Amino acid sequence: MIEKALKGGRGYWTWVACLLMVIGLGVTAFARQMTIGLGVTGMGRDISWGVYIAQFTFLVGVAASAVMLVLPYYLHNQKAFSKIVIVGEFLAVSAALMCMLFILADMGRPDRVLNVMLYPSPHSMVFWDVMVLNGYLLLNLISGWAVLGAERKGVAPAPWVKALIYISIPWAFSIHTVTAFLFAGLPGRHLWLTAVLAPRFLASAFAAGTAILILLTFILKKVAKFDAGQEPRLKLAVLSSYAGLANLFFLGTEFFTAFYSNIPAHKHSLQYLFFGLEGHAPLVPFMWFSLITGIISVGVLLSPPLRRKNGALIAACIGIVVSIWIDKGMGLVFGGFVPTPLEAIVDYMPTATEISVTLGIWAIGLLVLTILLKTAIAVKTQK
Amino acid sequence: MNQNRREFLKKAGLGALAGLGAAAGLFPAFALEQTDMSNFSDKPVPGKVRWGMLIDTRKCLGNCKECIVRCHHDHNVPDFGQSKSEVKWIWKSGYENAFPTASTQFQNPEVLERQVLTLCNHCTEPPCTKACPTEATFKRWDGIVSIDYHRCIGCRFCMAACPYGSRSFNWEDPRPHIRELSNTYPTRMRGVVEKCNFCSERLVKGELPACVDSCPEKALAFGDLNDPNSEIRKLLAANETMQRKPELGTLPSVFYII
Repeated sequence: MIEKALKGGRGYWTWVACLLMVIGLGVTAFARQMTIGLGVTGMGRDISWGVYIAQFTFLVGVAASAVMLVLPYYLHNQKAFSKIVIVGEFLAVSAALMCMLFILADMGRPDRVLNVMLYPSPHSMVFWDVMVLNGYLLLNLISGWAVLGAERKGVAPAPWVKALIYISIPWAFSIHTVTAFLFAGLPGRHLWLTAVLAPRFLASAFAAGTAILILLTFILKKVAKFDAGQEPRLKLAVLSSYAGLANLFFLGTEFFTAFYSNIPAHKHSLQYLFFGLEGHAPLVPFMWFSLITGIISVGVLLSPPLRRKNGALIAACIGIVVSIWIDKGMGLVFGGFVPTPLEAIVDYMPTATEISVTLGIWAIGLLVLTILLKTAIAVKTQK
Repeated sequence: MNQNRREFLKKAGLGALAGLGAAAGLFPAFALEQTDMSNFSDKPVPGKVRWGMLIDTRKCLGNCKECIVRCHHDHNVPDFGQSKSEVKWIWKSGYENAFPTASTQFQNPEVLERQVLTLCNHCTEPPCTKACPTEATFKRWDGIVSIDYHRCIGCRFCMAACPYGSRSFNWEDPRPHIRELSNTYPTRMRGVVEKCNFCSERLVKGELPACVDSCPEKALAFGDLNDPNSEIRKLLAANETMQRKPELGTLPSVFYII
């Protein structure tokens, strides 16, 4: 079936070539990082996680959001999603793959990664995260591929595929819950030490992930003449708007708890992110841009006449993705380290090497997604 | 696999082992280091010992850095000359940095200006060992939180989990940055986490930790916190002491007299 990804027009191959070039850049940068060490990144003793872990966190959410198509389609028989369920599953596969690559890129000794399996440590959330992420990737790849293969032959999928799909639904919630637990169980990191982190992760994931799915349907319509139709897009827009609303609500509760209780340690990270702390305010413009864009985008998606206009829908989806990417892919991870356990305020700035590796991993994910979707659409449009 | 080949490999392997053994005998320098069993004869009962330290901040004054210099020398701690990649096992922090939740209002200004020695607390409930996905960092039978540098994957979860900033990561190869190589403790490689080990390599020889040993003011006391008759327990009973961030429930084994 994969051979279908080898047949494409000029535009397709240009896109693949561009991705390969970015991957080449990333590999070169990674080689430098492997030679010199993680010292080539902007990370340091105080801000010991940076862009890599932040991208990982954001992308786990994107992976989990496939459930926003799988759940209504398989549990509630929402036929409108029949054409694009596979898009969600394959997006989950590529996002989960990127997550693992980002973890690998962040490791000091990637050559020892199998130690996680050799010395299983159930008390460590990383152990569980590795388990659920790998499982989720396999569940989506196998079930998506099997359903597609059956469709190609014009038969119904084998019964075991249904079982895998049903398992993947709670599994999607588990991957992002465990990812939140990576952060939420650490004493002394007050931005993360909050019970609302896991629900907020899920809300922001479902908002940004479904927005990405909507954008993907527009891209596929334009470049592959594959139209999922207006109905599933609008349904996804409604899902995204409510998830986005929940995310904003959770953020509001964080502000209330921190500032009404007036406990300094609870306020510090939020102050650093949104107002600046002791003269350090590198993320303030980003966070306000994220907040305002998020509010406007959710507003547009909530309004039926606005979301029916394709232009407004696309703009709102881009807005929600950018907003949540800044919030989760930057603020949450960097801000959690400030102030440090010894009350120092240290700013973090990613280096060119770090950004190149990041772009390379995104390009690998996009390439895998391109190949998988190319195959899927070739099968779906073969008649 | 061919039977003859298997036989050959077996014999070759045995031969190589015998050769190595003979070489070790002939050249003592090649032999694996002998374990001095007498070091373990007074081994404390597992689970009953909890090593602890008491730092008298009243005596630890000025710019004295004897303990830091000695520790960092003995443990081959590299000096990168900048704070981003810094590796440190023991260092001085401002009073308010070391005790951010302690009361500072109307506090004696002399106390607020004190520089406090900070190091790994060897917590009884260590958040770092819980976060480690490979058991590379673990709590020993004597309460020391230790690291296996050969198992650490460099994920830095323990660093995020430590509420005291006690852990350092080797962002680059540390070996070229060691000022004067010491043969008292192994060097580390790039990409692993390290921190104070309460001088477990000295304790096993019956010696006090290097920092305690080198302090000219005798400001540091060291001993078994689980032994009610130990010197450290008597000092703890006789003085008003503090632990860092006690509200987190980590139960640090490093105490401070203010």
